[in-house]
Parts: sequence; C-alpha cells; structure tokens
Amino acid sequence: MKFDVSKCLPSKITEIKPSGIRKFFDLLGEMKDVVGLTVGQPDFDTPWHIRNAGIRSLEEGHTYYTSNNGIMEMREEIANYQKRRFGLEYDAATEIIVTVGGSEAIDLALRALIEPGDEVIIPQPCFVCYEPLARLAGAVPITLDLSADNGFRLTADQLRSAITEKTKMLILAFPNNPTGSVLRRKDLEEIAEVLRETNIVVLSDEIYAELTYGEKHISIASLEGMRERTIIANGFSKSYAMTGWRMGYTLAPKYFTEQMAKIHQYGIMSAPTTSQYASIEALKNGDADIEYMKAEYEARRRLIVSELNRIGIETFMPDGAFYVFADLRKFGIDDETFCERLLYEHKCAIVPGSAFGESGRGFARLSYAYSPAHIHKAIARIEEFIKTL
Amino acid sequence: MKERILAYLEKDSRITSSDIATMLGVSEAEVKAIIEECEADGTILGYRTVVNWEKTGKNGVTALIELKTIPQRDKGFGSVAECICNFPEVKSVALMSGGFDLAITVECANMRDVAFFVAEKLATIEGVTATATHFELQIYKENGVVYGTEKTDKRGNSW
Repeated sequence: MKFDVSKCLPSKITEIKPSGIRKFFDLLGEMKDVVGLTVGQPDFDTPWHIRNAGIRSLEEGHTYYTSNNGIMEMREEIANYQKRRFGLEYDAATEIIVTVGGSEAIDLALRALIEPGDEVIIPQPCFVCYEPLARLAGAVPITLDLSADNGFRLTADQLRSAITEKTKMLILAFPNNPTGSVLRRKDLEEIAEVLRETNIVVLSDEIYAELTYGEKHISIASLEGMRERTIIANGFSKSYAMTGWRMGYTLAPKYFTEQMAKIHQYGIMSAPTTSQYASIEALKNGDADIEYMKAEYEARRRLIVSELNRIGIETFMPDGAFYVFADLRKFGIDDETFCERLLYEHKCAIVPGSAFGESGRGFARLSYAYSPAHIHKAIARIEEFIKTL
Repeated sequence: MKERILAYLEKDSRITSSDIATMLGVSEAEVKAIIEECEADGTILGYRTVVNWEKTGKNGVTALIELKTIPQRDKGFGSVAECICNFPEVKSVALMSGGFDLAITVECANMRDVAFFVAEKLATIEGVTATATHFELQIYKENGVVYGTEKTDKRGNSW
C-alpha cells in the first residue's frame, strides 16, 4: 500500500496558518544589506555574571534533570522577586512552575483549562501565539479588535460585549507586543469589575512587566478577587536579555498549578538545568541590569518616536515593551504593501501590523531594541521611501 | 542629568546634542549648555577616536613602566609626575598603591627609543630610584572596547 501522508496530518494542524511575521522574515532572509527594525528581542548580551553562573553550574556538574517544577531555590527566588518588584505573593512550593520560556507557560495555562468549545477572548493586536495555541487546546478563539483611538487598551465595555456563557478565559497581554500599550490601574479595575460577575479565568502574559516607562507595572492578580482566577505567565527573556536560555514560569493558585504541572512533567519533564542556575543569579543580583537596560530602551523609545513624527509618521509614545506601533493609514496603501515595498525598494524591514490581528491593519511594528545609529539609518530609509508615495 | 549626558558622549563622542536631548527628554539648549559648561570647567577634556592602529600597518611600541621615586618635600609625588607628563611620548601617568609609585605608559617608534627614553629621560629625573619596563604584546580591550571583534547582530529572526 502506498503511504499517503495526507491521511496522517490532522486538519487542526494543517489548518494553522503560518504567522504573518514568519512570512515576512522569510522574505527578509533572502536579502542582503537590509536595515531592519524587526527583531523582538533585546540587543544586549545576557549580563556576564548571569552567563557565568550558567557556566559555573556546568563546571560543577549540574547536568541532571531538576525537580519537575524547577529547582526549589529558583522558585523561592521567583517568589522573592515578584514580591519585591510587583508586590505579588506566591508560594514557591505549590504555586510556581519553571517553564521553557513564557511560551510554554501560555501553552500550559490553555491546555490545563480549556475544554472543547470553550471560548477564549483574545484582544488584538497581540503576539501571534495565543490564537493558534488556544485552537490547539480545543478552544474557540474570540478576537477583540482594540482601537488606536484609545491607545490599544482593552475597555470594560469591549470585554463585556464579548462575553458569552461559553467564555472560559480572557488573555491579557500588557505591556503589549506589538503596540507597546499598557493598562493603568483604572483600566484594570474596570476590567476586574466585569470579571467579578463571571467565572472567567485570566491568563495574564506579563513578560514585558519590567519594561514600563511611566508607572510601574500592575498585575491584575493584585486586584481584589482576581488572584484566585488568574494565571500569570512570565519569564526572563525580555527583562534580563535571556531569550535563548528559554526560561519562563507560571504563577497561579495551587488548584491551577497542580493541573498544569501534570502537563509540564509529562511533556517537558523539567526546564533546562543550566538555564535555571543562570536565572537564579539573575533573580538574586540582576535588578541593576534590568534598570540599566530599561533606561537605554527608554532613551531609544524617545528617539524613535521623535524621528518618526519628524518624518511625518504619526506615532504615539508607547508606555511599555520595546516597540512602537506606527500609523501608516494616511499613505493610502495597506500595511503589507507598505512594508514589502519598503523592503524591496529601500532595504528597510519593519513588520506589518496586520500580522498581529485585523485591528493592526494600517500600522507597522518597529522594534527599538537597536542602537541609536541603527535607528537613524532605518529612519532615513523610511523617510526616502515615504517621499516617493 | 550631567552624568547621563557625559555617559552618552563617553560612549560615542559623535552623538549629536539633539539626539541626547531627545533620548533624555530634555531640550537641546539644555544639553548644549551642560556640554559647554563641562568643556569650560575641564570635565570634558577632549573628544577622541578609538583607533586600532594594527589595522593600518603602523608599527609602534607601547610600554608600561613601573617607577619608584622618593617623595619630594611639600610636593609628594607631584613634582616627579608633573615632570614626566611633559614628555610627548608619555600617554598616561598614574600614582599607584603597592610595590611601585608611578605607572607610566609610553608610545615610541621602536624598542630602542623606549630604552633611550627610560635610560636618558626617566632615570635621570631627580628622585627616581628605580624603573621596570614592560612591553605591550597585544591589546585585547582598551577604553572599554574589545579589539578584533566586529560587532554583529547575533539575534535570530524570530518574531
């Protein structure tokens, strides 16, 4: 019998569309001398003392699995860190799982909570993983279009209008990739008020929590009645410039953590040991690194916003993360065409906003995790391009 | 604010006042005023370029000289140090703790010139009791810049 691959592949996998960013990066990979503002990761190497802790752990022979939920000392340090930086209290023994990046944390939460047919509310524009992961977990993703008019914040009214009897979960991803938007205490209070009337669980992706440039990040879990229904996904990638170490974690009440731990222990066993030792060092002695990198991003954020406005691309000053979401609507071509032509005609790469959801159409994401000189070079190319429009 | 402006300039002396102003969220006039003040009061001593001369094929010899000296009445080590500063081949002079007193870096065309400098110019200064000369073989890092490594963006294109 002839092997028929089409009978092997389930539709739930084949129907997942490649992400819009992926498509764009493939184009980018084929070209030379491109000045890009595309990369969604810090441009700092991991601080040396953190790398060194990883190296030392290898020298000392820490090459074994750790306990499933992570080295106890690591979980204790995560608990200390969360209390110190954000005033949250989680029990190291029963409420924390060390994961392979923030991505696994998100996947765990969805897989542990979703039953087929459950609705998951996903405000967009947002990072590209929520919708496919929710679908894989059996959920029906309900996307909510946030609006540029109020800085891409989720409002209580919008949330209320999306809730049905089937709503299981709300995904809150602020500070937001790609818009740089953050939710203030008042926004969160209003959202919490809507949620208190329901049985909805919140998955709060707080990977950019350290990168806010006005008020300090506030987690929805710190609001009355919210901790009991919230799973926080966080990690080391953005705050400590540790993307390649793949270190993340979940913070959630014991009854959620116990269930997620089953998936983690069978699917992953334990997160990479070397990375855990490096992360312990980051948590103990890395606060100054966070402040240093944040001050740098903050300065570049001002530079890129000022430069974009100077060349005639209206851009609001984002409050968090390291992206600006530039408004291209006045140029009369859609964002994908804008970005493709900018790439082909002027060798400058930025990511079309529609890659992050329909409500991102007409915008583009520019990362400012680049040196000021690089930012100037890219802006000069964008300026040349828009003169031709 | 002054420290932050100086930190930007120390890292890249060609950065514009306008960029510094934007990045720090203050007016360009304020940045310019602070820089002028620092230039006037000697906080900023100059603007230089970090050059890897090896790439140009220019040959030269750099030596670190440890120098022992007898402190002079009223002036301590100052008078010997000031005297040494006058030689154009001297790049730096610093008073050190430990086994010797002054650390001196000199740059000459060849080893013979260094030897001549030490024997004829340094050793003859009043108060100098001993010198030890070490030749620099290879620079790995200078002024905060690691040599020989071109900075490439190591980041993968994922998201």
